[in-house]
Amino acid sequence: MNKSSAPRQSLGELLPKLVVAPTFVVAVIFIYGFMLMNAWLSFSSSRMLPKYDWAGFIQYEKLFANDRWWVAAENLFIFGVLFIVICLLLGLFMAIFLDQKIRAEGAIRTIYLYPMALSFIVTGTAWKWILNPELGIQRLIREMGFESFTFDWLVNTDMAIYTVVIAGVWQSSGFVMALCLAGLRGVDDNIIKAAKVDGASMPLIYRKIIIPGLRPVFFSAFIILTHIAIKSFDLIIALTGGGPGFATDVPATFMYTFSFTRGQIGLGSAASMMMLMAVIAIIVPYLYSELREKNNEH
Amino acid sequence: MNIKRVLIYSILGFAALIYLLPLVVMVITSLKDLDEIRSGTLLSMPQALNFDSWDKAWGSACTGVSCEGLKGYFWNSVLIVVPAVIISTVIGALNGYVLTKWKFRGSTLFFGMLLIGTMIPFQVVLLPMARMLGFLGLAGTTSGLIMVHIIYGLAFTTLFFRNYYISIPSELVNAARIDGAGFWMIFHRIILPLSIPIIVVSVIWQFTQIWNDFLFGVVYSSGDSQPITVALNNLVNTSTGVKEYNVDMAAAIIAALPTLFVYIVAGKYFVKGLTAGAVKG
Repeated sequence: MNKSSAPRQSLGELLPKLVVAPTFVVAVIFIYGFMLMNAWLSFSSSRMLPKYDWAGFIQYEKLFANDRWWVAAENLFIFGVLFIVICLLLGLFMAIFLDQKIRAEGAIRTIYLYPMALSFIVTGTAWKWILNPELGIQRLIREMGFESFTFDWLVNTDMAIYTVVIAGVWQSSGFVMALCLAGLRGVDDNIIKAAKVDGASMPLIYRKIIIPGLRPVFFSAFIILTHIAIKSFDLIIALTGGGPGFATDVPATFMYTFSFTRGQIGLGSAASMMMLMAVIAIIVPYLYSELREKNNEH
Repeated sequence: MNIKRVLIYSILGFAALIYLLPLVVMVITSLKDLDEIRSGTLLSMPQALNFDSWDKAWGSACTGVSCEGLKGYFWNSVLIVVPAVIISTVIGALNGYVLTKWKFRGSTLFFGMLLIGTMIPFQVVLLPMARMLGFLGLAGTTSGLIMVHIIYGLAFTTLFFRNYYISIPSELVNAARIDGAGFWMIFHRIILPLSIPIIVVSVIWQFTQIWNDFLFGVVYSSGDSQPITVALNNLVNTSTGVKEYNVDMAAAIIAALPTLFVYIVAGKYFVKGLTAGAVKG
């Protein structure tokens, strides 16, 4: 009798594992296996075709000697810092203003957040037209009477990266607003009332109590925005195409160009490894502090 | 209403205007003809409602070598999105169910492994995946793209369902188990009926992600199998003589309509997915 019940029981125990097994296999191969393969490629001599040999740090040396890579890295830094800081500030202030018992709050929120539903390709296409140096904003302002007004950032080597910031902020700041608003709604009303009784003014309460209380929200928003910034690819392709020249290249477009159009697979994979490092540098401290906080709670 | 309220309302209203303007400009531009565009400004109104550029964007604009508009690519995207969303959501639901109600040794580790999958920049898997698709004979096909989207969506859908199911009391499941209900019975009778909100979140999230994807689309598809985002980018960058901004804008709106529609109809769930998908745990 044991013979017939034992296998059935073990099948029952196995079932949950069987259900998640495909995902497990997929994760092992397509996330971790591929990451390792990619790492190997970055240490190989691959050019047009992937070659799995060992060439040491040649690709990284080539990468670091490549001016275009440093332009891309610098652009990511400029874009990342401005994009993150402006999104956080705008998001916070819009959330605070929206939190003042505003009529039509729902409608306004919907308007602030809709760009998030769009593809970066759509956003890039739209802003490329709006920022068009002849027919776009420049023409609009000139027609208003400011005839010497010039706004040619899109085709200006030094300024083009800032157009990416403008479009990026337009797309993502509403999202930070939504996060902050949720955070503000979570603040305990009693603390605010108590502070008011003690004679604190609203700006002071915001500065000393409410905004510091939003720390975790900022933290999450920061991580997400950093992530968006490091991965940003579509927006740049659609808005500037990396140009003029390669003035608005970022690591993601650099990686794409060298891997898929220039036949420099080894260099492309080395660039992608650098992107992975950047993400790890941001995520690990984040996970670490999250875990520490959870441990402190118990 | 005091001066402070007026100020707050004007700031909010002004900001709303700024957010709306690009969409307004897109719509206005798409309704003008080229002469109106050249002689007017971004905000000058079209003389008449002229849907020619919409016709052209949908049916005859050039996207690279072929000049058949966006319609074929629109349906490509639909063909990619529908199976990828359904399959990744179903698997995500089952994973979430196991990870919360049928924990086993190593299940937490497994979840952690998957979580990292939501954070990696996809650039690190692009090259090996290209090779794998070639190896499987799926390079440049719609099926290949569906597979890629399912695989890299699983981490997100699993995360959604796991975080949702963790708040369903385990007593419910344990009681059913004592009564002799098995794995599938419990899922079907207890878990699934409670899952509607998170299914909506997962479907919307996956739909938006996959519809809006450009990176996988541009790398893994070719010619006739391209999704709409890639076709839109080609359309905008194809220069056959005169630059037709009105057609560009009509095409961009066509590409944006499905996700905009979902956002307007189910914005609440959209925001939930955004925050849950982005903020882990």
